Amino acid sequence: MNNLNAGVHHTTPYKVITVILLVVLAFMFLFPLYWIVTGSFKTAKEINAATPAWWPSEWVLTNYEKLFTRRSAPLFDFTVPFTKTVITGPEVPAAIRWLINTVWMAVASMIITCVTATMAGYALAKKRFLGRGLIFTVIVCAMALPKQVILIPLIREMSKLELYDSLWAVILPIVGWPFGVFLMKQFSEGIPSEMLEAARIDGASEAKTFTHIVVPLVKPGIGALAIFTFINSWNDYFMQLIMLTGTNVLTIPLGIAKLQAENSTDYGLIMAGAALASVPILTVFIIFQKYFTQGITMGAVKG
Amino acid sequence: MGKTPMSRALVRRETISGYLFLLPSLIFFVGFVVYPMVMCIYTSFFDATMNRKDIFIGLANYKELFRDPIFLRALKNTAIIVLVSVPVTCGFSLWVSSAIYKMRAPIRSAFRCIFYLPVVTGSVAVTVVWKWMYNNYYGIFNYLGKAVGLLDKNINWLGDERFALGCIILILLTTSVGQPIVLYVSALGNVDQSLVEAAQVDGANNMQVFWRIKWPQIMPTTLYVLVITTINSFQCFALIQLLTSGGPNHSTDTIMYYIYYEAFKLYRYGYGNAMGVILAIIIAIFSAIQFKLAKADTSY
Repeated sequence: MNNLNAGVHHTTPYKVITVILLVVLAFMFLFPLYWIVTGSFKTAKEINAATPAWWPSEWVLTNYEKLFTRRSAPLFDFTVPFTKTVITGPEVPAAIRWLINTVWMAVASMIITCVTATMAGYALAKKRFLGRGLIFTVIVCAMALPKQVILIPLIREMSKLELYDSLWAVILPIVGWPFGVFLMKQFSEGIPSEMLEAARIDGASEAKTFTHIVVPLVKPGIGALAIFTFINSWNDYFMQLIMLTGTNVLTIPLGIAKLQAENSTDYGLIMAGAALASVPILTVFIIFQKYFTQGITMGAVKG
Repeated sequence: MGKTPMSRALVRRETISGYLFLLPSLIFFVGFVVYPMVMCIYTSFFDATMNRKDIFIGLANYKELFRDPIFLRALKNTAIIVLVSVPVTCGFSLWVSSAIYKMRAPIRSAFRCIFYLPVVTGSVAVTVVWKWMYNNYYGIFNYLGKAVGLLDKNINWLGDERFALGCIILILLTTSVGQPIVLYVSALGNVDQSLVEAAQVDGANNMQVFWRIKWPQIMPTTLYVLVITTINSFQCFALIQLLTSGGPNHSTDTIMYYIYYEAFKLYRYGYGNAMGVILAIIIAIFSAIQFKLAKADTSY
């Protein structure tokens, strides 16, 4: 027992060095983010100084002004189903439109993924039927494959479906990716079978059992999956890059990549864009960190 | 007697409802994952491009691949990235996790969160800021290097064949340790404490406790970390596309970037798909080897 306490409280040189090293590393991991945010408020002179300005001597908004006045796009455009009528919103800075596109894409992916994956995860964990094992095996195998190898066929498929260059071309494959099903199966394993049995004996319909018993029990899982899908789709640059080309469908990561390609040396402007792309998603991450961590760990438990 | 038809009805109800619950998800999975995967293999035997019917050419794409010097160079670069980043990522995250998992909860979360930040920040934002830091004239790396006397003149980090790949691996490392750290912290927290205490009573030192008690218990996590890190490193794309476009002189081409280049710049879909198939096979082999090694390691 003494030995144990000694292990916890005793400070050895090794421990001191470890902590110092950890703190230094933490600063290094934070630095790029710090550099984006401060850089976005620096004057052009400080940005291009050979001796870096560690802290902006003067905070300016010129980079953001440039970002928001560069280009404009309609706030939204919406084709009325079965007609050729397009309703367009007022002209706004293109960056705002990109932000809206990204949020819409991430939210749509998140909602559809959560609904379909919760249902499928429950079925795979709790229903006994022929073919269950096979379906699960296919899902696990698909997860181990690199997502990007399917992108070329996906492009042709989306062109055939006339979805290419629309946000749906990004949303649908994200929903199809089976990680969510796998994660929700892990969470659904924890539902006590007796409760489902009791509901059935009481004559509850399958739908009612699902909405009244299953969903409340796997809520933490849905939370984890929601945040996971939101962040991943926000940052899924490759998929966005190949599926989206028109100015009105660009997402914020794509928009920044474009900025960088066009004005490769205006780092102030690019940092303003990078801040716009990363600060919202970082805020979401920090608020929902707990769920996110849980999702990552649950998804790793081997099934 | 009355039980058989009852349970048969139950089986039918279970089957029907099971498939109904699966259906929405399966539509997306089959439509946008399985079907493209099948098409990827199928198209790799064709000369396929835009606006023209595909022409069957058998194994010609594959034959061409292994004679294509740029592909071989990309294969080599990918191998270097994987061989460097996988062990470093795993080792680093295991070290960080074992240092922080016993700390008080808020401090542990803070560290875990900080190491995860580059993942959440997003590859584009991370890449553009690193591009600035690597810049020949205004970058802090050159400034710091000169300030501490390591460099005597500015280095064009990303434009120099000797450094470009290393620079990319460094960024890749910062964006890949987040998830393994989360996993290891939770795995180490779940290690059976009574075994650790028993070993300490028997006089085992920290190193012995780690290798004899903890290491075998976190083996499943290590395996998972190895597999995801390998897949991530193989897929390294955004960094390359945004920083170097495979240059200078193909020194940073990877398979993933070359697939993109062939398919979306030259519109050679069949050729790109053949590369995709090869990439998938290589990843499958790697994962299988890691499984085997990890199994052998735990069974003694």
